[in-house]
Amino acid sequence: MSPEQPARRSAPTRRGVLKGVGAGAFAAASLGVLPLFSTPDRTQNPNTCTTRDLSNVDHSLDVSNWPIYIDQDTKKRQSTMTDFEKRYGINVTYNEDVNDNVEFFGKVVNQLGSCQTTKRDLFVLTDWMAARMIKMGWIQKHDPGSVPNLDKNLLSSLRHVNWDPKREYSAPWQSGFAGIAYNKKLVKQEVRTVDELLTRSDLRGRVTLLAEMPDTMGLVLLSDGKDPSSFSNSDFEQGVEKVKKARDSGQIRAFTGNEYVNDLLAGNVLACFAWSGDVASYSNIEFVVPEEGMMIWSDNMLIPNLAAHKANAEKWINYYYEPAVAAQLAAYVNYVCPVEGAQQAMEKIDKSLVDNPLIFPTPDYLKQTHSFMGMTEPQVRLFEGEFNDVAGA
Amino acid sequence: MAATEVTETPAPVVAPDAGKRRSLTGYVLILPAAVWLGLFFVVPFYSLLANSLFDPNGSVLTGYKVTYHFANFWHALSDYHGPLLRSLWYAGVATAICLVIGYVLAYAIAMKAGRWKNVLLVLVVAPFFTSFLLRTLSWKLILGDNGWVVNTLQAVHVLGSNGRLLATPVAVIAGITYNFLPFMVLPIYASLEKVDGRLIEAAGDLYASPIRAFGKVTLPLSMPGVVGGTLLTFIPAAGDYINAALLGSPNQRMVGNVIQDLFTTTGDYAAAGALSVILMVIILALVVFYVRKSGTEELL
Repeated sequence: MSPEQPARRSAPTRRGVLKGVGAGAFAAASLGVLPLFSTPDRTQNPNTCTTRDLSNVDHSLDVSNWPIYIDQDTKKRQSTMTDFEKRYGINVTYNEDVNDNVEFFGKVVNQLGSCQTTKRDLFVLTDWMAARMIKMGWIQKHDPGSVPNLDKNLLSSLRHVNWDPKREYSAPWQSGFAGIAYNKKLVKQEVRTVDELLTRSDLRGRVTLLAEMPDTMGLVLLSDGKDPSSFSNSDFEQGVEKVKKARDSGQIRAFTGNEYVNDLLAGNVLACFAWSGDVASYSNIEFVVPEEGMMIWSDNMLIPNLAAHKANAEKWINYYYEPAVAAQLAAYVNYVCPVEGAQQAMEKIDKSLVDNPLIFPTPDYLKQTHSFMGMTEPQVRLFEGEFNDVAGA
Repeated sequence: MAATEVTETPAPVVAPDAGKRRSLTGYVLILPAAVWLGLFFVVPFYSLLANSLFDPNGSVLTGYKVTYHFANFWHALSDYHGPLLRSLWYAGVATAICLVIGYVLAYAIAMKAGRWKNVLLVLVVAPFFTSFLLRTLSWKLILGDNGWVVNTLQAVHVLGSNGRLLATPVAVIAGITYNFLPFMVLPIYASLEKVDGRLIEAAGDLYASPIRAFGKVTLPLSMPGVVGGTLLTFIPAAGDYINAALLGSPNQRMVGNVIQDLFTTTGDYAAAGALSVILMVIILALVVFYVRKSGTEELL
């Protein structure tokens, strides 16, 4: 705007011209320095971005996991982690600092993207984020033969994900279902389908969906008769439109993380999309498999580039794939146990959980589950963007 | 400042040298503030500007390049004018409510509170002892669908039997009003406190009614506080996203929420940067307009 200043006067003064030129030069210089703020390409190669493995010298291990996701020492039984530490003489630093895939991504993107250490040997992230990191070359393969229990005991339905077809980079820590939950005390008529949840007038304004895009959109895609593991952009847009319609009609109250549990118990929310493990232990809450099917996801253990104790991390993975250990963990967290044989081992720990399909799903039960497709970077942007325009809050 | 410098160094100094030192002193003294502003305002500002001109086809992972893609602004405006206008609307309403409540409160504290003045001031500031987030979360409990507020309002038929407060514009505006009220009260209090009581007496002596005396004396003298208070309330309120996130629903999404989502979840830095710059420009324009007006009688 300054360059026009002199023109406003009838005769441009010397000072006015100088001012204009100065402002113009400043603006040009300002625009000129902007490219300095470009962000770098963060692709790495795990074969070249390496470091010496200190596992044999330094008997320690740094793990980052989600909160309340591991059993604790009690008077009756020592925790799996204590047992691991004693058995292998490894000192574990266990951090509960993964609250959200996107937030954790923000914590490590600068280090992993420029081949610097995250000071972590292992962290746990959900499928789509794990897929993204593997694709970026931020995650190391397991050493051949280092995790025999994983190769032997991983549930067959979890073995072949399209973003890690041979499970060379990842190992599920726990899996879970995303389906519908409702408050039995306050809702008289069962909520059986996603369409009911999104349109029934007795639920108006008392419905929440999950902010985690793959879970919510997976369920919506299923309700439209689409396959969440392979769908087109227009299928997705149609699904988003459906959610938007429900939102605009005032049916949906919020898109949430784990906090929906409190609202569901308090009655602020009557029915919602929910994660199986969150609601498995409440008697007031009913978890429903929608008639069109539900979503299955896993949180995966990943070993990042430059992990200083890779061999120790592999021992950890291998240890948690022992059926007895997996059973003890599952008894505490109530999510789907990804380890074959843990069901038999559970007999000795807690008989009441052996036949719980939310922890040990039968093959028939698993037939109703679907997983979300691994997305490319442009797809992440497109789908997350479209979803957030409707769901963001 | 410069004068004390000279008196503190009584040793005879050659004149040009003294002049040099004097001018240097000023620069040295300004240095900490300049470094602070440079690091924490200028650099982030340029970074934001760069974001707004990124090539929108980049991504967080494969990198963003500055391509002077000015169309970002247009796209951001056409995609997100809804939340943008909503933010200005909510912030405006909340500021107006704050002004009414805040002025009365500040007036009472400054003019009528007597020995309770300090206690009341502490009470105004007391909420700051707890975190912003916690206070907003506790409103979520108070306004909950099965809480006593909603139940009472339903019982007296202010709300329908299925009515609610949470996840409505009312809750969001109330939350903003509550959270920013002290920013309105304190500046107004500071100006009212300075009003010379004798002027009001003089107005009375000249047969002005109390209302007229207030309009002609007290109110004009408190205008600096009103202007300061409205700015301190409106500017952060327009960019606020906590209240909309915790007390609202997606239908109450404000521009701050959109920007946060674009930066974090979607990773669309170009749109996020463009929207941030647009918000800054709009607020700046409104503030300049307001401050110019408020210097004249027009605002009254």
